[in-house]
Amino acid sequence: MSDRQQILAKTIELIEPFNKKGVAVSEATRFAQDLEWDSLTVLDFVANVEDEFDVLISMNMQAEIENVGQLVDALVKLTA
Amino acid sequence: MTDLFSKFDPLIQQREDLLAGGVTDPFNLVMEKVESPTVAICNGKRTILLGTYNYMGMTFDPDVVAAGHKALDEFGSGTTGSRVLNGTYVGHKAVEQALKDFYAMDHAMVFSTGYQANLGIISTIAGKDDYIVLDIDSHASIYDGCAMGNAQIVPFRHNDIDALEKRLKRIPEGAGKLVVLEGVYSMLGDVAPLQEMVAVSKANGAMVLVDEAHSMGFIGEHGRGVAEAQGVMDDVDFIIGTFSKSVGTVGGFCVSNHPKFEILRLVCRPYVFTASLPPSVVATAATSIRKLMDSADKRAHLWENSKRLHAGLRQLGFTLGTEEPQSAIIAVIMPDLERGAAMWEALLNEGLYVNLARPPATPAGMTLLRCSLCALHTEEQVGEILTMFAAAGRASGCIS
Repeated sequence: MSDRQQILAKTIELIEPFNKKGVAVSEATRFAQDLEWDSLTVLDFVANVEDEFDVLISMNMQAEIENVGQLVDALVKLTA
Repeated sequence: MTDLFSKFDPLIQQREDLLAGGVTDPFNLVMEKVESPTVAICNGKRTILLGTYNYMGMTFDPDVVAAGHKALDEFGSGTTGSRVLNGTYVGHKAVEQALKDFYAMDHAMVFSTGYQANLGIISTIAGKDDYIVLDIDSHASIYDGCAMGNAQIVPFRHNDIDALEKRLKRIPEGAGKLVVLEGVYSMLGDVAPLQEMVAVSKANGAMVLVDEAHSMGFIGEHGRGVAEAQGVMDDVDFIIGTFSKSVGTVGGFCVSNHPKFEILRLVCRPYVFTASLPPSVVATAATSIRKLMDSADKRAHLWENSKRLHAGLRQLGFTLGTEEPQSAIIAVIMPDLERGAAMWEALLNEGLYVNLARPPATPAGMTLLRCSLCALHTEEQVGEILTMFAAAGRASGCIS
């Protein structure tokens, strides 16, 4: 698995506890529209992602991230 | 034409559904008469107030009211101007001096509301490329201050010292860092572990701002707040506070020992571009702050009230926001908004006003009945309050 694939797999794993609707998660899955997360869920999820990858994802960066693929792209950059 | 209001439709629907059940609108209460800091007339009924922020009961203090009357007579009803133009009267300087004396700090800057104090200070001191690390459960005014500036915003899990430390360590070398904390978090009434958090922040080169809105006048030996109670006043760079709680009027402030603090008066937009507080307001605030310095007996009585209410509500079988009473706020956790609203109405019918709080103001989607005590609630009133909670809790099915 490439680094990106590993990051994607880990990200999907971290989404699962918050995936109350049982949505099939792909790179195109959107956090607000498809997973229907509210701002508090986002904050909890981001904290888990930050600790898993030992990075900071500021709220400013979060504003630019709509779907899973974009988050994985950001993590690839942050962990490079 | 797109109706710009269609984004509010889900909230409009939720309100209509709630009110269709016949419940009184919990967000539309009118107080017809206010008899004292603890009693008002609502819907023609004598009602004990247990949902105000009048912690120290200063709103009807005779000295405070007299100071307001005198300033109204001598200086008129308002300043009609900014603090930096024609809006600074002797009263504004006097209330800033009262704050410096109260906190034993070098500088004090008064804003027109507590909301504006957070908005102004946070948005001004943290600029582009700086980092603000804040508790996830921070008040709306803190988040809005972050949104108004252009620093990088990094929230951490509520009261989690490790989460704060990890994030501080991940900030790039050389970046400016501001840690924003609250002494008492107003929804659950819990206190921050400031001793540890301030130490961690300082060890990682961050400046620290603590919002002590809900602790001023009450917590700490001199009523300076949680930072005083936990012995870290000297390591806190900025304390934000308000006149609309223990002080008993309206307004906000920041106190600090930073040697360059005064420059903020020229660069802080929510300070510059708004009218200053009316002379009567700053006169009541200054008088109240000076009286709060010498209120150890009232502080002790308020703790007694808080402990008694907390223990009594637990005994009745309610679930509370904290294991032990940590402040003058006792939050009763409701199973959902519907039962919360029903319980709120049942209490009002009994003659008790509490705050109904619901998302997004509350953490984790909780519906809360927030009780905030006053130093002037008598022992008998606390007893009455518990009797009313027992009756309303049984009537609404919240307790058995």
